[in-house]
Amino acid sequence: MSFDLRQGETIGIVGESGSGKSVTSTAILGLIPSPPGKIERGSIVFEGKDLTKLSQDEMRKIRGNEISMIFQDPMTSLNPVFTVGNQIIEVIRLHQQVNKKEARTRAIEMLKLVGIPEPEKRLEQYPHEFSGGMRQRVMIAIALACNPKLLIADEPTTALDVTVQAQILELMKKLQVDLKTSIIMITHDLGVVWESCQKVLVMYAGNTVEYANVEDLYQNPLHPYTWGLLDSQIKSDTVGKLPSIPGNPPDLRNEIAGCYFAPRCAYAQEKCFTERPPLVEVSLEHMVACHFQTADHRLKREGGEASE
Amino acid sequence: MSNQAQNISPVSVPLAAKKKSKENSVWRRLLKNKLALVGMIIIAIMVIFSVFAPLIATHPPNAMDLANSLSEPGVDGHILGTDNYGRDLFSRIIYGTQISLIVGIFAIGLGGMIGTLLGLVAGYYGGKWDAIIMRLMDGLFAFPFILLSIALMTVLGAGLFNVILAIGVANIPGFARIVRGQVLAVKEEEYIEVTRSLGANHSRIIFHHILPNCMAPIIVYATMNVAGAIISEAALSFLGLGVQPPTASWGSILKDGKDFLVLSPHMATFSGLAILLSVLGFNLFGDGLRDALDPKMKV
Amino acid sequence: MSETILQVNNIKKYFPVKDSSLFAKPAKFVKAVDDVSFEVKKGETLGIVGESGCGKSTLARLIMQLIRSTSGSVIFNGQDLASLSEQELKKARKSIQMIFQNPYASLDPRKTVEQLVMEPLVIHQVGTHQERVQKVQELLEVVGLSDYHATRYPHEFSGGQRQRINIARALALHPDVVICDESVSALDVSIQAQVINLLKELQAKFDLTYIFISHDLNVVRYISDRIAVMYLGRVVEMGTYEEIYHNPQHPYTRALLSAVPKESPLVKKERMILTGDVPSPMNPPSGCHFHKRCPYATDRCKTETPALELFEGQHLVSCHLLGDIS
Repeated sequence: MSFDLRQGETIGIVGESGSGKSVTSTAILGLIPSPPGKIERGSIVFEGKDLTKLSQDEMRKIRGNEISMIFQDPMTSLNPVFTVGNQIIEVIRLHQQVNKKEARTRAIEMLKLVGIPEPEKRLEQYPHEFSGGMRQRVMIAIALACNPKLLIADEPTTALDVTVQAQILELMKKLQVDLKTSIIMITHDLGVVWESCQKVLVMYAGNTVEYANVEDLYQNPLHPYTWGLLDSQIKSDTVGKLPSIPGNPPDLRNEIAGCYFAPRCAYAQEKCFTERPPLVEVSLEHMVACHFQTADHRLKREGGEASE
Repeated sequence: MSNQAQNISPVSVPLAAKKKSKENSVWRRLLKNKLALVGMIIIAIMVIFSVFAPLIATHPPNAMDLANSLSEPGVDGHILGTDNYGRDLFSRIIYGTQISLIVGIFAIGLGGMIGTLLGLVAGYYGGKWDAIIMRLMDGLFAFPFILLSIALMTVLGAGLFNVILAIGVANIPGFARIVRGQVLAVKEEEYIEVTRSLGANHSRIIFHHILPNCMAPIIVYATMNVAGAIISEAALSFLGLGVQPPTASWGSILKDGKDFLVLSPHMATFSGLAILLSVLGFNLFGDGLRDALDPKMKV
Repeated sequence: MSETILQVNNIKKYFPVKDSSLFAKPAKFVKAVDDVSFEVKKGETLGIVGESGCGKSTLARLIMQLIRSTSGSVIFNGQDLASLSEQELKKARKSIQMIFQNPYASLDPRKTVEQLVMEPLVIHQVGTHQERVQKVQELLEVVGLSDYHATRYPHEFSGGQRQRINIARALALHPDVVICDESVSALDVSIQAQVINLLKELQAKFDLTYIFISHDLNVVRYISDRIAVMYLGRVVEMGTYEEIYHNPQHPYTRALLSAVPKESPLVKKERMILTGDVPSPMNPPSGCHFHKRCPYATDRCKTETPALELFEGQHLVSCHLLGDIS
């Protein structure tokens, strides 16, 4: 997979469970346990440095400081035996040469920034005294405490209720404008992508199938999987039978020669089962991995209406 | 906004390698584990020894030959020498395997069955049943095993069956605890609620759904405790509370051997070695079984 | 569509809260479900929507009698389920089945698909073994699985297929009412669409009545004829899906609808963003439970609990300010 991200931009990585979207993020942070996993080839260039070539020590300096991450489950990603204040201060002091008092001031600032009322008091409390939404705010505060240039958010709102999800997305958008952070937003929910991203990368079975900016992907999707994904969304005006993608995702433990999506694809031909399509740029900043969606050949999309 | 802050170029992570193959059966995982294999071989040898004892033994185990007492290993066709009554030590150890295995398996079977049943009831019904059963188990746990055995033997008299009974009873609380813990976890699984919603009664839920899902740790615990039971049997026999002479038992050979430790160390050495190896075998096998059944499981 | 099949009257479930100190009496209660009433007509789908902690799952379990209610009745076919003994309940359970949320946890991992789908038939002693095997084959086919799947174990299936097994099992006894508790929430969208289509097909085929519980407003809207919106143990608004979606009256329903992520990157959505989280049901606000997060709350809302009143048509709303806010 390939993508690039500019300062202050948000890219969405969207895919279903097992599509490898979370692996991507851990690869960037260098958190993939090795063995069994390893980055086979390629590079991750962050501000001119190739992260895959850095030592563990150098990586540790970047992690949490310049690149930080928000995880899916706010209930388990905070350590229950330390106060919230402790956990924020720890991160700040780990990466910045400040004394305890300055770190504390900074922690209070951060809690205020993410919209937690009475931050001085909340600093002394333990994670179990916070609700789900508040914990996710704390996670964001920790992630942003060192002014990272890149924030990786792995399903940050999946475990939250819709009304709280709306708050958190709003908060992330506001903070992004204020702090000029770039965000990689990993999600299974296209709605979240429409809400918060400029670019989107669609993954299927560990591979990128389409990469475009959000408006382009919505108006002019090219990969048959993206079509299926868009069609399967239930919208406020959906009636009648839901268009769905038949079949199930492939079992990646088996060797698959051709396009991973071919067995579920209505447009698949013989070539699709034997040869893996490369990701190619078919129009400006729009890449797709399909044998029959190229610069000079297009499939006709059937079933499920395109968007207006 | 045009400065290229981050650029991530082709990275491919082998996903397939990350997933552990589930198809590997328990058996195949067990065979891959070298230590478990060693354990399995030891157990297999023990089983062969006890089943074919009359064929393997070079002499009748109880045949005394006072003229040749305490002979060195290798002398006169006595592979491991003879004991203080001139009985062939090798043959006695072979026959002792029978006793050790019978006691180990039946005692754990007995304790396991009763303990599992009690644990199931305590864990599933909870409340006062749980309180009564588990306090009883605590009491049993607190009672020293040897004292319990002495008391039982005094009342019932020594003998193979009573040895099994004593060791079995001593093993009840351990099983009860482990099963109760498992039941408490499995009880909360959604499929148990599903089964209730289908209209199933308690016994069906307990025996068709909860018990099978608690089996893995029970089997592992039982295997490990066979080793414990073998030691217990040896200990009881060593104290003269176990299998009565002249029947050969590792513990009683060890006991006889301790009087001749300086003169003829082979008696105590070989019987002790037999105990050590069998315990090691069951423990290695149990460890391997645990890893094979569920790598995440902790007993 | 006119015959009432299930009626829930003023059902309440209070869970006592154990104080950590040893001798304290359980003085506090979590009012998980607090005075909920509704009826379901034969062949319709009633959607119940709400956020975590609103009591919707507890409500499902109360209807199933998996937990017993503190007070109130559940009338099914003229019988009050809440007053039945275990034996009588077993019979009634043939007619009400439930499909649970988690396709990974709701199948006993040590049973084959055949054993799983056959289990309700065994429990209720329906047919001979041969007939049961036959029935299982039919059911698997109905939900889109093949007969060779029967001898496999749950871990060999994907989430969507597992949910199909759950559906087959729920249908084994020809129930009248099926309660779906977040039955498609754990599935990926493409699989979710398959399962929803299947549920709709089966409803038409077997004349099923659904109570469909979900936090996903779009799914509920798509599948339901009528919808009840719950907040902290109470129904705050109920009506047909047009009434709820096109003319929501309760401020909470409006906030909920506006919080749904937008459907296109091209539109700009005006939001009514609520402040704060759903309060703990252990300590719900006085009066109208929603008043602390409600932008329109008045003094009356803080002290007096609003009743669920008829707005128009079948549209019921529980708000003091009904009609006053636009």
